[in-house]
Amino acid sequence: MPWILRGLSNGVITSKYPKKMDSYGDSHHSSVKVQTEYLASRDTDLEGLCPTGAIRVELGRPRIDLGQCILCGRCVDRAPEIFSFSTDFETARLSRDLLVVPPSAESTGELANLKSALADRVRRFGNSVALRHIDCGSDGSEEWEIAALTNPVYDVQRLGITFTASPRHADILLVTGAGAKGMSDSLKETYHQMAEPKVVVAVGTDAISGGTHSNSAAVVAGGIEGVLPVDVFVPGSPPSPFGILYGILLAMGIALDGGAST
Amino acid sequence: MTDLPLNIQSTSVSTISFACLTEARIAAGDRFAALLALPLGEQIRLLSVTSCFGGFNVIECDLETAEPTYPSFDAATPMANWYARRIFDLYGLAPSDAATLDPLIARRPCQGLHQSPEKTGLTPKFAESSRPSVIGEGVFKIPLGPVRSGVFESIEFVVETPGEEILHVEPRPFYKHRGVDAAFFGKSAEDGALIAERVEGIAGVAHAIAYCQAVEKLADVEIHMQAELVRVVHAELERIANHLESVIRHCEASAQAVAYARLSLHKESVMRLRSNICGHRFSRGVIAPGGVTTPLLLPPAEVAKKVAEIEKSIDRDMTLLMRTPSFLDRLRGTGVVTPLQARLFGALGPLGRGSGLTEDGRISHTYGAYKHLGFLPTADAQDGDAMSRQMIRIDEIANSFHLLRQALDDLNNMEHPSQNWKVELEVKDGMSLGWAEAPQGEVLYAVAIEKGRIKSLAQRSASFHNLALFSTAFPKDITTDFAFIEASFGISVAGASS
Repeated sequence: MPWILRGLSNGVITSKYPKKMDSYGDSHHSSVKVQTEYLASRDTDLEGLCPTGAIRVELGRPRIDLGQCILCGRCVDRAPEIFSFSTDFETARLSRDLLVVPPSAESTGELANLKSALADRVRRFGNSVALRHIDCGSDGSEEWEIAALTNPVYDVQRLGITFTASPRHADILLVTGAGAKGMSDSLKETYHQMAEPKVVVAVGTDAISGGTHSNSAAVVAGGIEGVLPVDVFVPGSPPSPFGILYGILLAMGIALDGGAST
Repeated sequence: MTDLPLNIQSTSVSTISFACLTEARIAAGDRFAALLALPLGEQIRLLSVTSCFGGFNVIECDLETAEPTYPSFDAATPMANWYARRIFDLYGLAPSDAATLDPLIARRPCQGLHQSPEKTGLTPKFAESSRPSVIGEGVFKIPLGPVRSGVFESIEFVVETPGEEILHVEPRPFYKHRGVDAAFFGKSAEDGALIAERVEGIAGVAHAIAYCQAVEKLADVEIHMQAELVRVVHAELERIANHLESVIRHCEASAQAVAYARLSLHKESVMRLRSNICGHRFSRGVIAPGGVTTPLLLPPAEVAKKVAEIEKSIDRDMTLLMRTPSFLDRLRGTGVVTPLQARLFGALGPLGRGSGLTEDGRISHTYGAYKHLGFLPTADAQDGDAMSRQMIRIDEIANSFHLLRQALDDLNNMEHPSQNWKVELEVKDGMSLGWAEAPQGEVLYAVAIEKGRIKSLAQRSASFHNLALFSTAFPKDITTDFAFIEASFGISVAGASS
């Protein structure tokens, strides 16, 4: 009895996202933005700023690969005229190329095809999906953020999203971690056990590119894409629960702008 | 060696005396803390680290790669074999009298820096344990994992059972090995902190502090008190989040749905507070060699107010939970680690403290601002069961709030709070040991610097050390106790298998 009253004591605390934007979601760093007008001179070593090699300068224009960025903020600290933090948590994208900001014309042109192809595949999900998570060498923080989705604040069950223990029941596979070689067989087996249609979401910078472990002999080169085809990429080290939720909504084919915003 | 600070007594010895000297330290009452290997070019340096009153004793010996063996000290501590397996997995280095070394954190010497296993004359068994299986009527083995049911990190437990009672459990964390130590090699001191935060992501602040303190000792700098206090704020919020997570796992296992939801809500409040004061939910990018990269983004008084609110709500629900019989019945007498075992294995963190050990790195090996802060008296829980560990954690949550209040109060009263966050440091060549008390227990970093860059590094998290005790915690427990014992150990697989 005391627990029942306790359960009611705070009223409704659940976020309205995605129907309404959530003010907390936009309150902390989610990605890095690049000032597009900036033209780098040859003697500034912008690429050397980034500890994970996420910055590339092409024809004087700096670009950041969010799939490699660990949000350490060093570029923002050292070159604030070019780089700044963005608090927009809707950073998940349907292709690896789209994670490079600002995106190139080719990669945005590709988006419409990707969106319709994914929409065709996931039509039969309806508005209800079962998730299966698998860890392939994470640092443990991504698991916390995924598990947070079931707490009363995010409560993803309200959106028809449930977690399942069996890959046989799963529609969406959430993969975390840098792609440890020891997990490759288990990852492939889990994927094969899932019924069609199925969607793979790479959760976190580690899963997308290996992050700080990208040069390790113990992980697969290029993150988990080196083992499985990936449909949705959620950058972040780790991504926040809202960031992961946006990625899941993309995978369900119901997300908002489909990763078009930059 | 003269490049180590005073509270670390370091002795460089020959291979022959390495084992006897380590044994002598343990016999003299030191706690065996770690056996670490640092690859240094043509040599591998072995460090045996033992903890004594107020500091650490480090015994070093250099091994030539041509003869990659060292005498074992299995007789002195049951942990020797556990560390030997790790070092063999990483560098192919083995005790001379070891017949087999089962894989522990990696399936093969995958960092590939020195020896192939053939050179050592050992045949590592990759698939099965060298320990004889339990034999009896109806006894069978269940492999639990590495893919778990639920959102868990990957680890396999091989459970031997006749059906209900668990006779033996063997943890195998090697599936998710990432080769973390090698990721540090060649990096700048500044970049090292970013990797340290990701060794054991849920205890990233403690890892970064341990790493930075090692580097700061080499640079011989004093960190400003403001920065030390900010470090304490981040570290204690991390501890609260981790201890709440452990209690949440207990609630989940005992189907306490409301308690699970309530405590998850409080944990989310803590994570949100962390992101509000630094921009990151895991406080990453804050701790750096020389201090902190950013002050608190909110005024200390405002943070203190939020902390007080969270403390009040946690306290109310925790009090009710500790009066809920259907919850407590599952914890009492479950997963007993006796005080003798805890002392023998040198159990760390809440695991050790729940079995009567009193050591807490923040007090016994004090560092940073903890020197100046007061601690509450600790709980009297020494039964060694899941209940004791739970009580220790709840007590530590209260203690963390106590420390937070003091640290925030001090920050509020400082005259120039907008300055002095970071000192510029020049890292000198040499080797140093850093430590910090993570939520899981003591974290150790041995760092070797050459020409301003990390030449070599060996880290040891409490999760790795404590996992060695896991198989001892099933004296008369049954399969339904498993989830509670796992939750009460609070092990991060990322830290254990790094």
